[in-house]
Amino acid sequence: MRRYSIFTLARNALTGHRNWPRAWRSPEPRPRYEVVIIGGGGHGLATAYYLAREHGIRDVAVLEKGWLGGGNTGRNTTIIRSNYLHDESAALYDHALKLWAGLSRELNFHVMYSDRGVMMLAHNTHDVRIFKRHIYANRLNGIDNEWLTPEEAKAYCPPLSIDRGARYPVMGAALQRRGGVARHDAVAWGYARAADALGVDIIQNCEVTAIRRKGDRVVALETTRGTIETGKVGIVVAGHSSVLAEMAGLRLPIESYPLQALVSEPVKPVFPCVVMSNTVHAYISQSDKGDLVIGAGTDQYVSYSQRGGIQIIEHTLEAILELFPIFSRMRMMRQWGGIVDVTPDRSPILGKTPLANLYLNCGWGTGGFKATPGSGHLFAWTIARDEPHPINAPFALDRFVSGRLIDEAAAAAVAH
Amino acid sequence: MLRIPCPFCGPRAEIEFRCGGEAHIRRPPDPDALSDAEWADYLFLRSNPKGIHRERWFHAHGCQRWFNLARHTVSDRILAVYPMGAEPPADLLAAAGD
Repeated sequence: MRRYSIFTLARNALTGHRNWPRAWRSPEPRPRYEVVIIGGGGHGLATAYYLAREHGIRDVAVLEKGWLGGGNTGRNTTIIRSNYLHDESAALYDHALKLWAGLSRELNFHVMYSDRGVMMLAHNTHDVRIFKRHIYANRLNGIDNEWLTPEEAKAYCPPLSIDRGARYPVMGAALQRRGGVARHDAVAWGYARAADALGVDIIQNCEVTAIRRKGDRVVALETTRGTIETGKVGIVVAGHSSVLAEMAGLRLPIESYPLQALVSEPVKPVFPCVVMSNTVHAYISQSDKGDLVIGAGTDQYVSYSQRGGIQIIEHTLEAILELFPIFSRMRMMRQWGGIVDVTPDRSPILGKTPLANLYLNCGWGTGGFKATPGSGHLFAWTIARDEPHPINAPFALDRFVSGRLIDEAAAAAVAH
Repeated sequence: MLRIPCPFCGPRAEIEFRCGGEAHIRRPPDPDALSDAEWADYLFLRSNPKGIHRERWFHAHGCQRWFNLARHTVSDRILAVYPMGAEPPADLLAAAGD
């Protein structure tokens, strides 16, 4: 991997930028790998990187049925935060948040992480109580979160309307200053380049069509690019988790819903942070390109279409306009959808399965992007050591049998 | 916006309806006789198919009655409508076509 630096930038500028090396190889799949990661999104690529970097396991292939990061990694609204309620979730998401801080340097790839703050708005008495409870719980876990009055919220985000006559007036806000955004594509590319440099084979346009078992072990994968024998397999495919699990003979507590997002025309910097509102169903930030990045709640039916209904967009933009009246003339440029794998308790599943050499990372639902580095790190640990890290141990598949659910429906901040 | 063919009112916009999730999940008649895994199966495990999904819909802003739909989850095309409590039509797979 040729390091990116001011020197390589200058040298390549002088030669017309014709000599940049490819960021990653496109090898033919080999007949066997020690570990196969199914899913070439942010979480899967991060897993492969940490397997190689932290555990010295380099005989690894990442299989991606489409193009790198073409699934939810390429479709999210880039929000990063760790202000979830329960102790287990606080540890999980803050593990990721700490990794975000040094990620560009570690990967030698600018992921444009910006800790501009995430502010969550309270619009009624219930919101105020719930957010204060979250704040106290976060602070007890050493995670920054603070209560703002409406005036303080407006000072932090000047475009915010705190008009007392609004249909859902702002009664205050919870602010996590270490929260923010990052460039979602860059995260996939950064991990891909770093993993490839450590010897990981990244195989795109390679869809797994069958999982061959012998007893309680996976022995091989049938793919659109041939049969691949495997030692261990990690499934990390977000919305398609049930599809892959069924190939292995497993049913999951997962339903896949459309989640839509949209961007506006680019304008000069006007929006300094991330603002989220559960109650009025919208969240918004401004990208470094200048577009407003706006996200919504899920559509109400199971779908793999990566599309949803226009009523979701209308409802979301009504909320945005009530909160930020200055945007009433903004033109919206582009809308799309992803497929989010939602669990009954809105917490992810990260750990072992009933099959001895099959591992599962899914159920991040509407909130997987923020956890990308932590998810990859913990999944790599679990696969390498054949046991969960203490941080992901509570997020086991069997919690739905034992009843030890981790209910983060409020912290998930997206209506569904 | 899906157009939902309510069997009582005719086709209406999706915003008049609430989706009730996967159909044909029968509440076990004797929950106390089940193991934890069997009870979790009923509560939490779902088919979530990339294909034909049999699901329940409620016409909240209309007749306020329930019915079943079969819809393909990739194209979102509705393939069949049938009454609550009935089994899906036998020729459903043939109707899929995608």
